[in-house]
Amino acid sequence: MRLLNTENHWGLIAVSIHWLSAIVVFGLFTLGLWMVELDYYHPWYREAPNLHKSIGILLFGLTMVRLVWRRSHCRPVALASSKSIERKIATVVHYSLYVFLVTTMFSGYLISTADGRAVVVFNGLPIPAVYYGIAKLEDIAGIAHLWLAISLISLAVLHAMAAIKHHFFDHDPTLKRMFGL
Amino acid sequence: MKKYRMLIVILALTAFAVPIQSADYDIDAGGAHSNVQFKIKHLGYAWLTGRFNTLKGDFSYDEKNPKTSKVEVNIDTSSIDTNHSELNKHLRSEDFLNVSKYPDAKFISTSFRKKEKNKAVLNGKLTLHGITKNISIALDQVGHGPDPWGGYRRGFTGSTLLTLKDFGISTDLGPASRQVEMVLNIEGIRRK
Repeated sequence: MRLLNTENHWGLIAVSIHWLSAIVVFGLFTLGLWMVELDYYHPWYREAPNLHKSIGILLFGLTMVRLVWRRSHCRPVALASSKSIERKIATVVHYSLYVFLVTTMFSGYLISTADGRAVVVFNGLPIPAVYYGIAKLEDIAGIAHLWLAISLISLAVLHAMAAIKHHFFDHDPTLKRMFGL
Repeated sequence: MKKYRMLIVILALTAFAVPIQSADYDIDAGGAHSNVQFKIKHLGYAWLTGRFNTLKGDFSYDEKNPKTSKVEVNIDTSSIDTNHSELNKHLRSEDFLNVSKYPDAKFISTSFRKKEKNKAVLNGKLTLHGITKNISIALDQVGHGPDPWGGYRRGFTGSTLLTLKDFGISTDLGPASRQVEMVLNIEGIRRK
């Protein structure tokens, strides 16, 4: 597999970022739902949120790099077998995934920094607060974070179902291409 | 002489104004001179403090007949402030105050018993988390008198111990953290 994309193939960089993001997004969603239900004396009560926040910030960084990289590099052309409506839907879903990804992470950051405190990535790298001192920001951001995350996951499931449809029903290489093949 | 006429009139009026004994006071919350603070042990090793920033209410106080004194306070539960956003959010949630369901806590006094010096005991009904219980507040009158802007003020501080479970808040914070100490700081401005 080449490092960079070609006209017909995804390169190693795009493939890695895609699958790493997918695993992390589903992992953070599960971790997030689990950690808020822990009781006060659970051994993970403190560490689970720290892990969730640290990984979230790193994914945000990766996503920023990904968006810049996406704009500055060529992408494989759509399969000749695809219909024009499918391409349009795919484009809308792809852009929406990016929008929900970024807004979900940003709303999460707002919960933790609403009092002016930094989010500290793995107890080492502080990401300072930018928006704080706004009344009940943590509550508004909290509701937004939950619903944006649910929307992101729903859209990602739709995206995965479309990939499965292409592979098993249309017998086209859409899913294979995402593995760099 | 004409110069002093106005002054004499004012003094004469003041002479009538001073003997007012029973009076109604509005709690000065807008000026942030009143608040409800709380204190709970963290794991039994340290004190965690916080406060409710928004409250409103009034009281009446009769120096001649203090036992007729009455107070009513309404606290906006969502105004809880621990200086930690994640904790505020958690305390407002269903695990604790459930502020979307119970946006107010209310205290209505039922009796006032003056004790030695500036001390008193205030009994009343506290509604918190949808549950009403009789509580007793140990009260201290901090002071009273004219303020520099033409008003008259009277302030109290009081404290009471609440058991979280009594008010249906059952999230377990550990054996040392089942009770919370409430401190009320109230400043009233006399109604004109």
